[in-house]
Amino acid sequence: MENPIPTRLGDGSLVHMTPSEIEADIRAGVEAGAKRAKVASLNEDEIGHLVGIFCSASRFSAVDIGDEVTLSFDGCGSQDMGTRVNDLHYYEQYLCADSVEMYHHDYSYKPVKTVVDYEQTVMRQAQSIITAPCGYGAMPDLGRYTVPDGPITNWSELLPLGRIDEARAAQEEAVDHAVDDIFFVAECMAEAGIDFIDLDTAGAAGDADFLAALKAIEKIRAAFPDLGIQIGMASEFVLGMHGELEYDGVRLAGLWPLGQMKLAAKAGVTIFGPAVNVNTGKSVAWNVARTLTIVKPCTDAATVPVHLNGGMGVGGVPMHILPPGDATSRASRAAVDILRLDGL
Amino acid sequence: MYGQAISHGVASGMGGIRTAGDLVARMQITRGMRLPQAKKYVADKLGVSALDLSDATVMLDVRKERGLGSLTEGGEVIGVSDAAGLEAKFQIADLLDIPINSVERFKRVTARRGV
Repeated sequence: MENPIPTRLGDGSLVHMTPSEIEADIRAGVEAGAKRAKVASLNEDEIGHLVGIFCSASRFSAVDIGDEVTLSFDGCGSQDMGTRVNDLHYYEQYLCADSVEMYHHDYSYKPVKTVVDYEQTVMRQAQSIITAPCGYGAMPDLGRYTVPDGPITNWSELLPLGRIDEARAAQEEAVDHAVDDIFFVAECMAEAGIDFIDLDTAGAAGDADFLAALKAIEKIRAAFPDLGIQIGMASEFVLGMHGELEYDGVRLAGLWPLGQMKLAAKAGVTIFGPAVNVNTGKSVAWNVARTLTIVKPCTDAATVPVHLNGGMGVGGVPMHILPPGDATSRASRAAVDILRLDGL
Repeated sequence: MYGQAISHGVASGMGGIRTAGDLVARMQITRGMRLPQAKKYVADKLGVSALDLSDATVMLDVRKERGLGSLTEGGEVIGVSDAAGLEAKFQIADLLDIPINSVERFKRVTARRGV
C-alpha cells in the first residue's frame, strides 16, 4: 500500500497522488511532449530524477550547491508600490535578481513609442542606482496595428470571410510598422543607458508577430553590436496566422523551441527564452515532464544562453495568480537539472 | 512574488549582487556566453572558483575589495565608502573588459565641453 503524496495540478490546486501515479504522470507527460513536438523522449535517468523530485513531500526543492543559474525577470515589480525605479531596486536588493527589467504598464512597443521620452528619463534614473544589468522590455504585439487601434485592416476579421490574401497582406504591412516601432524604442532606450532590450511574448499574434521580432532584432543588432537582446516566446509553437512567412528561408509557422532558438540566434539575440504552456487539468509533474521534453533539443543545441520562461502558466509553473512555492521550486529545479539551463 | 520570483531565486538562482550572479548575467547578456563559459570567464577574472561565484560569504569580500557593489541594507553590508550603482559599474566594466552602456553614457555626458 503506497502512501499518497501531496502534489499540485496545473491550476495550482493541491491533490494527493501515490508515487506510482506520479511516475505514470511523468511518463505520460514525456510521451505527450515527444509526440506533440516530434522530439526524443527523456531517458530513464532523467525520468528517474523527475520521479525523485516529485515523489518528495518536502515543502521546497532546490538545485545542488554549485548548480545555480542566472535569473532574468521580464517586467520587474507590480508598479503599485512606490516608483518603477523602486521596483527595480528591490528586485536587485531584496530578490537578488541577476538582471532587472523596467517596463511600461501598457506592455507593448506601439504605446511605448508615444511616451518614450518619459521612459528614457526613468531609465536614466534607474541606471544611476542599479548595479545589476538593467534592461527594458515590451511585446511586439502585432494586433495593436489593426483597426480600431491601428491603421491596418484586422486579419482576424478577414480570415473568417475567406479573404486570405488580404489577411496575409495586412499582416505583412503590420510587420513593417512593428519593426519600425521596436527599433525606435530600442534606439531611444539605448541612448538612456539600457544593458539590454527584451522582446517579450514574441509570436503572440502568430508567425507575423515572430517575424516582426526577428527583423527588429536584426536591425537592433546591426546598430548596437554590444547591446544585449533578449527574446521571450509567447507559447510553445508559432501559430500560422499567415502561414507562408519565412525568415532566413525557414517557414515560421509551426516552429518549436529548437527552431525558434536557431532563428533568434541568427537574428542576433544574446538570450533566448522558450515558453511551454501549462495544461491546468494535468498534474505539475506531467506538465514539467512535457515541458522539459519539448525544450531539451533546444538547450542541447543552443548557441546562445537559454532562459526558460518559468512564470505563471508556463514552464510547468501552475496557472494561478499566486503560484505555490512547492510547485514553482520543483519546476525550477527540474528544469535546471534536466535541461542544464543557462537561466530562468 | 513569493511563489514565483522568490521561489525561483531560492531554488535555483545565483543571487545577483549578493554573489556574482549579476556579473555572470552580464556576460550572457553582453556576449551571449552560455552559463559554464560565463561562470568560468567571471571566475577567472576574479581569481575565484566557479563554486565561489554563488557563495555570498566569499563574494562579499571580493566585491568590496574590487568596488563591485553589493546589497546596501542600510549601510550594514556596504557603506558609503564602497562603490554602488553606477560607481560600481565603472569597476565592473573594467574587470569584465566589456562596455557598459550607462558607464559610456556617463562619460559622454560628463565630458568637458565648450573648451
